Amino acid sequence: MDAIVVKRLTKTYKPLWPWEKPATVLSDVSLSVREGEIFGFLGHNGAGKTTTMKILLGLLRATNGQVELLGSPAENVAVRARIGYLPESPYFYDYLTAEEFLCFYGKLAGLDRETIQKRIPQLLERVSLTEARHRQLRKFSKGMLQRIGLAQALIHDPELVILDEPMSGLDPIGRKEVRDLILGLRDQGKTVFFSTHIISDVEMICDRVGILSRGKMLALGRIEDLVDAHTARSVEVVCDGVVGDDLHDVKKLAVRILQRGERCLIILSGQDHLEKVLAALRQAGGRLVSVIPHKGSLEEIFLEQTSRKA
Amino acid sequence: MKLLMVVAGNTFRETIRDKILYNLVLFAVLLIGASVLLGTLTIGEQARIVNDLGLAAINLVAVIIAIFVGIGLVTKEIERRTVYTILARPITRVQFVLGKYMGLGLIVMVNIAIMFVMFLGTIVLTGNAIHGSLFQAVELILVETLLVMAMALFFSTFSSSTLSATMTLGLFVIGHLTSDLKGIAEKSQSQLMEAALTALYYICPNLEMLNIKGQAASGLLVEFGYQATATAYGLLYAGLLLTGACVIFQRRDF
Ligand SMILES: Nc1ncnc2c1ncn2[C@@H]1O[C@H](COP(=O)(O)OP(=O)(O)OP(=O)(O)O)[C@@H](O)[C@H]1O
Ligand SMILES: [Mg+2]
Repeated sequence: MDAIVVKRLTKTYKPLWPWEKPATVLSDVSLSVREGEIFGFLGHNGAGKTTTMKILLGLLRATNGQVELLGSPAENVAVRARIGYLPESPYFYDYLTAEEFLCFYGKLAGLDRETIQKRIPQLLERVSLTEARHRQLRKFSKGMLQRIGLAQALIHDPELVILDEPMSGLDPIGRKEVRDLILGLRDQGKTVFFSTHIISDVEMICDRVGILSRGKMLALGRIEDLVDAHTARSVEVVCDGVVGDDLHDVKKLAVRILQRGERCLIILSGQDHLEKVLAALRQAGGRLVSVIPHKGSLEEIFLEQTSRKA
Repeated sequence: MKLLMVVAGNTFRETIRDKILYNLVLFAVLLIGASVLLGTLTIGEQARIVNDLGLAAINLVAVIIAIFVGIGLVTKEIERRTVYTILARPITRVQFVLGKYMGLGLIVMVNIAIMFVMFLGTIVLTGNAIHGSLFQAVELILVETLLVMAMALFFSTFSSSTLSATMTLGLFVIGHLTSDLKGIAEKSQSQLMEAALTALYYICPNLEMLNIKGQAASGLLVEFGYQATATAYGLLYAGLLLTGACVIFQRRDF
């Protein structure tokens, strides 16, 4: 079963005044997140990631289309007991201490006092905030707020976790911790749906990704499949001891040639002409340094797809 | 109901930790102190002046809390974006709004109670008698405060904090002038003006109905029937505003 189903979702912000133009922020977005997977939701600033997530949680009303979470429509309040949500750059009640804060959210999720008291130390440990448990949130740094936000999203041990840019504001160690935390959630059988515009985060942990650009889904699927489908497998050949005229034959076959002193880098669009090029180089007396088949990256797809529309 | 109490409890704690309340209580202390001072300066009317100033101070402080904290209830949650994490929980928006209202209601009650006890203490200290009418007056002050809170909450569900404060304050002032409004309407030359003012008279809450401070200060009891009617009127009006607030909040985008 799918944990999240989004069908033909459209969101138009109505302007304050009738003479202003309505802004269509999402158009015809469809995606599904399978149970037990980590789904990365990629998109540039202003692509509509936050808007989509807010619609999922019923904070915004969709103009058109359907949304289902764990088999219920977004308007169903009860199903949110099984969902954890971390909003973008979260702000919290700054007069509460970390412990009181988690206790409040635990109660809101309908947990009893005993369970809450048991969960709080575990969660604080998990987001490395045990030392700060008695500190008021207004004395927290940005990264600490992000962490306590994560703890808040997990207090009721939800089946589905929706995180809006969970790594933003964190240092490299913090980012790694969050990545590990997300992977840990998957190991427990939870579903994680998170947004980001940092591709390496996605590449490292996601099972599947969706790329959103200007409110439209551009690509959706497993990273390897996307990379295979969308990027050419180019080959990079590095060779020493060949210059200018020697490369005449090679030039016709290569996509690009970069020359720096003795060394030159030849980029081929695929394996097809590799043998010919190698033969030509050998004939010209070059010393082969390396041949690297280059696999396309998600970043290339992202940049290519999003800039094509620009 | 349980969730409602959770929200109410948190609102209570938030406001208690906000220093603004202590300032207001201090203000009440000063006013009551001043009434004692003024009372000693005048001969004969002392008891009345202590009562007058005391009730006025309690009323003023309670209404200021109602307006300014009341508006912050929802607007602060939206501006600080804490509302995202709250509403993403298994709680309905109606539960949220009512929980907020109840939390502040609790605060206001505790505050009025504290001020009233201080006030009674002042009366005893100055060697005057405590009249039953003072309790009646404070009860209606509480009703007025609950009504003003509902106004503040209603406006803040669809406008910014500054705008809500202005509108609440405006409605509060008009609410105290409704009887004048009717008088002006009857005297006005233009039909349109008369219709508009009469409509305003019926729409705006009649807050003067909840004000029996003058009579109470001189120790005259108010009829029970009037007390009950005024209370019911105030609470009913507050209920209508709360319903409106819930309906609007329900439809809002965040
Ligand atoms: N209340 C609103 N009224 C009108 N337009 C809005 C409103 N909120 C957001 N938008 C617009 O919707 C678009 C998408 O915003 P959204 O916050 O969903 O982007 P995002 O993908 O989360 O971006 P980021 O990576 O910067 O967080 C933006 O162009 C934004 O200007
Ligand atoms: Mg965003």
